[in-house]
Amino acid sequence: MKAVLQVRDVAKSFGGVDAVRGVSFDVYEGEILGLIGPNGSGKSTLFNCILGQLTPSRGDIRVDGRSVTNMRPSRLNRLGVSRTFQLLQVFPQLTVRENLVLAAQEHRGSRLGRLFGPRDAGLTADADRMIAFFRLGHLADERAGSLSYGQQKLLDCAMAFMAGPRLSLLDEPAAGVNLTMLGNLKERLQAINRETGATFVVIEHNMEFVMSLCSRILVLAEGQLIAEGTPDAVRRNPKVIEAYLGH
Amino acid sequence: MTDFLQLMIAGLATGAIYALAAIGFTLLWQASQTINFAQGEFVMLPAFFALAGMKWLDLPFSIAALLAIAMSVFVLGVLFKAIIVDPLLRQGVLPLVISTIALAIFIKDGVKDVYSAEAQPFPTILPDQVVSLFGVRVSLAQLGVLAVALATIAALSWFLAATRTGRQMQATAQNPGVARILGVNVERMILYTFLINAALAAMASLLISPIYLAKFSNGETLGLAAFVAAIVGGFNQVRGAIAGGLVVGVIDNLAAAYVSTSYRQAVPLCLLVLIILFRPQGLLGRKEERAV
Amino acid sequence: MTRGWLPAALAALAVAGLVLAPVDLTGLGIPYVGLKRYGTYILTLWLVTAVAAMGVNLIVGYAGQETLAQAAFLGIGAYTTALMTKAGLPFGLAFLASGLAAFVVGIALGFPALRVQKHYLAFVTLAFSVFVWLVIRNEEWLTGGVSGIANINRPSLFGLSLRPALYFYWFTLAIAAVLTFAMWWLLRSPWGRAFTALRENPMRAESLGVDVRGYTLLAFAIGSAYGGFAGSLYAPLVEFIDPAPFALGPSLLYLLMVVIGGAGSFAGPFIGAGVAVLLPEWLRFAEGYYLIIYAVLVMVMMAFCPTGIAGLLERLLALRRRPLAEDKAPALEVPKP
Repeated sequence: MKAVLQVRDVAKSFGGVDAVRGVSFDVYEGEILGLIGPNGSGKSTLFNCILGQLTPSRGDIRVDGRSVTNMRPSRLNRLGVSRTFQLLQVFPQLTVRENLVLAAQEHRGSRLGRLFGPRDAGLTADADRMIAFFRLGHLADERAGSLSYGQQKLLDCAMAFMAGPRLSLLDEPAAGVNLTMLGNLKERLQAINRETGATFVVIEHNMEFVMSLCSRILVLAEGQLIAEGTPDAVRRNPKVIEAYLGH
Repeated sequence: MTDFLQLMIAGLATGAIYALAAIGFTLLWQASQTINFAQGEFVMLPAFFALAGMKWLDLPFSIAALLAIAMSVFVLGVLFKAIIVDPLLRQGVLPLVISTIALAIFIKDGVKDVYSAEAQPFPTILPDQVVSLFGVRVSLAQLGVLAVALATIAALSWFLAATRTGRQMQATAQNPGVARILGVNVERMILYTFLINAALAAMASLLISPIYLAKFSNGETLGLAAFVAAIVGGFNQVRGAIAGGLVVGVIDNLAAAYVSTSYRQAVPLCLLVLIILFRPQGLLGRKEERAV
Repeated sequence: MTRGWLPAALAALAVAGLVLAPVDLTGLGIPYVGLKRYGTYILTLWLVTAVAAMGVNLIVGYAGQETLAQAAFLGIGAYTTALMTKAGLPFGLAFLASGLAAFVVGIALGFPALRVQKHYLAFVTLAFSVFVWLVIRNEEWLTGGVSGIANINRPSLFGLSLRPALYFYWFTLAIAAVLTFAMWWLLRSPWGRAFTALRENPMRAESLGVDVRGYTLLAFAIGSAYGGFAGSLYAPLVEFIDPAPFALGPSLLYLLMVVIGGAGSFAGPFIGAGVAVLLPEWLRFAEGYYLIIYAVLVMVMMAFCPTGIAGLLERLLALRRRPLAEDKAPALEVPKP
């Protein structure tokens, strides 16, 4: 199977604190990979290193065989890697549709072309399709800031998929979402994976969500990978149990 | 060579004064995210408090100077924080920045209209005799300025490192959230920062006005010197502000002697551009983590 | 939302009003005497100031940066135009050259400054402002130094001299209208959306592929180019330029006027420019105190209405349309799975 993302010996220290201590793994095309671990195990730091928000202290990251370590996040995004953040980050002043247009406009044509082209960069149809897919249809023209938390979460995810990314890294997509919405979200993510073959890596604390969504799980504790395998195998792994109980 | 040494000493003297302004500026930024564009005017104004005391209240200079320091701490510390910074910080950083720019204009034109548009001679705290030090002729006033400024800096550094309040202030500057959890009265620490800035500005004012003459337009040059010093030294470090101030002072004085007077002002600006281009974290600053 | 034709109709009305404002209409039976030469001059000055303010608004209100050098860019534009027209080159060429020069300098200035911390652009533009003023003052062979450049001619259009105040006003109005349209187009385009995104949440924008640094640099360069264009119009308007209007002080005033007018709103720069040009006239009795009053006005406005006069008007309009401000969220249904 082809590896979309290859992480080799990535480490990150802040002053005296080693948040991530030499982590290596591959992410294969089309899979939904879960990344779990107790609080403070370095999951978000690892994501930020992969995605360019932080500069890793050492290590190499490759997407489709191409080194992307230290690449600026916007450039990485245009190569086909998208993300969501732990803290919800939509643009409250823009409408739902505008948020989605924004999420893909930088992938359309040249910058200069966008200046003289149509106002929506030709993305209204795509945005509407995404809105329909995530069942936000009646909210298309509402300001994103006026949506409920769960709806904003759906929008956030939708924005990450707007540009048809090869690889999406979702940071706690289920946090703060009610049960009904959660089922909706999981089903939508599985649908995208099925229909487009997009690869995901998902950080989550909600065990049920991640175990039922992901085909493979990595477990991080104190900055290191301590286990890897199917959800069942990981659930029974004594090292994993200890890592969680020990905290 | 002796000329060069004289220039160095003069440069260090003015540099130490710039350092005082730069330290206050840096402390304000660290403690409360306040970029005080009126810092130059803060250094210009106290001298006029003293002059007003002497002219309108017939006070002797020493009393007027003390009055000036007290008034500065009140007006530029307490009032500044209560009337301008606190209400505006709630609105965001940009409105606050704009307000300090407006405040700078207010103080500058206020002094010009209320007191005078003319440059005013300002009495020296220290006698202006020339002595011979290791064969080099230096002005006693300059040595005195250097000594007083360095003493102030030393006292401040000791206060920040060795006293409980000082360490609390440092903790607040580094991480207000954690400091609050640890029981530090963050609001009071921030207030102290404003008071210290006002006091430093007053000291700087009393030391620099004999050299530059007290003029309403001094704020521009002094402010620019403070900003350049803070950035050159490394924006988030007090030690950086000290180093930056001394560097700017020395370079400014050397430029006055060796570069044409009409472009003298440009030299610290070139220094600023060079630092931003080649060492943006400043001489003593730490490299910032890239956030975006 | 407002009906689609209303803003367009208002704009047309405004333009018609502006065209006719200085004209004596009594000959047509309308009891309006128009403006004399000085009034027309003030109106023209307002337009020129508004163009510069639009540039600052792009940088500050839309891209969320700070510029303390707009007057310096006006200076670059003014001196470029003055020197080129005095050398016999056509005004149109000088005008474009002025904007281009300002744009290029903006890129050169912004590129290193934006690599680092956010507020560094403010300090770099502060230093640049002082530097430009020094160059203008010192390089007498080029700029005439403190004596400046006198007798700058107003251009001619197809043989018609634009020297009369009214003709030059209409000429400026036409150019300002084109520049305003260009700004409106820019802000409506995907670039405008990118600017909004990078102002509201640069980290999220970056993660969506928006090259935050690149767009910020473009906003700064375009905004500064507008300063250059304004300077190009300023030179023939006042017919004599010296270093004074291009110093640091005036740069700060451009920043203040945009904020007073309403940073980030389209009408803001026009309102702010109006206040800046008219306030010295109204406060003529207060002489030197007008700057103090202006400064206090700014501080009060920042404390109570940081969205400026435009923001205040918007709030008033919103109040009249919907007296009870409701939170819309609870009214939305949860979508069925």
